[in-house]
Amino acid sequence: MQDLQTRLAQHTDLGEWTQQRADLAFVTVAREHLHGLLRHLRDHEGFTHLVLLTAVDWLEDGQFQLTYLMNNRAAARDIGVRVLIPREGADMDSIHDLWPTAATYQRELREMFGIDFPGSPRVDEEFILEGWRDMPPYRRDFDTLKYAQEEFAERPGRVSKDPETHMKQKLYPDGA
Amino acid sequence: MKDELKPRIVKGPDGIEFEVDPLRDYYCEASPSVHPPVYVKIVEDFFNWARSESLWILGFGTGCGAIEMRPLMTPRFDAYRFGVQWRPTPRQANLLMISGYLSTKTLKRAIRSYEQMQSPKYVVGLGSCTINGGMYWDSYNTIKKLDEYLPVDLYIVGCMPRPEALLQGFEDLKQIIRAGKAEGANQYAEKFEWYKANQKKVIHDWDMPDYNW
Repeated sequence: MQDLQTRLAQHTDLGEWTQQRADLAFVTVAREHLHGLLRHLRDHEGFTHLVLLTAVDWLEDGQFQLTYLMNNRAAARDIGVRVLIPREGADMDSIHDLWPTAATYQRELREMFGIDFPGSPRVDEEFILEGWRDMPPYRRDFDTLKYAQEEFAERPGRVSKDPETHMKQKLYPDGA
Repeated sequence: MKDELKPRIVKGPDGIEFEVDPLRDYYCEASPSVHPPVYVKIVEDFFNWARSESLWILGFGTGCGAIEMRPLMTPRFDAYRFGVQWRPTPRQANLLMISGYLSTKTLKRAIRSYEQMQSPKYVVGLGSCTINGGMYWDSYNTIKKLDEYLPVDLYIVGCMPRPEALLQGFEDLKQIIRAGKAEGANQYAEKFEWYKANQKKVIHDWDMPDYNW
């Protein structure tokens, strides 16, 4: 996919290029270049299919990473475009004008990560959760265990064992 | 709006006029009532025997247990020979199988289905998820103790229980019903406030009537 990288670099300011496999590469771009790059990939490079749009929460860096994965069916190639956005008041430009299906992903990201996509259809409606009142649950600073303990009734007597120490004790009771 | 959808006054065949709003949902707002046993014990025992031989399951699948119930409908395990069959609507069923983890969203539908079933009705919890949360013990949207929200008559352990365990469970449930101990529907009516409080504690967007047969 060297040729693709060379072609793209001619008119877009590309960031880090990671060649994952022969047919899969990831490229980081700045937020303002994303829309143009996606449109170019779709219209001129044959990446017509948006496979997925997902987010990674880099809590320590205070950033969300959005990954737009696209597929070129004719050439059997995939490219993932990564964009880093600040975690505070996270919002991103909607790409539902390029792929209408992206609106669904954006609704999910809005609900699960709290990333806003202004202008995306139905983005403020509930998607999977009903009546959710807490922090978006896929954010890494959301403590699921604490939430589950406070929210849902528990049956006493449940014992949880750490698999590593439990198996160590079971297999090597002498501590060998 | 089409004419037949508009609210209007209708005159019945007996001459009484009443208002009809076709777009309104009609619910029973009355709380459930306790159904007392028949005065003569032998008659009640006979009823219970008859009930135990007619377990009609509501075809409502949650979690992975819904898959475990499919083999029971087919010739290999054939639950029908035990008087067990699956029905498509809550009105025709008297056994609600909670077949695995229940998210709060599904719990809402399960409660609604349960309340639409006719008494006497039974609830069986399938698998460890319904008992103590199972592998979803730290999940943000899965309940961990089913009997806080619905009156459970029997739990079948396993993750998931195999069809043989389910067949044994049906037999156990029959014993419980015959002994007159499957009083889930009455228990639900007696402790209705408690169940509703628990349900509303986890279902934050409560948008259904408090009782709907």
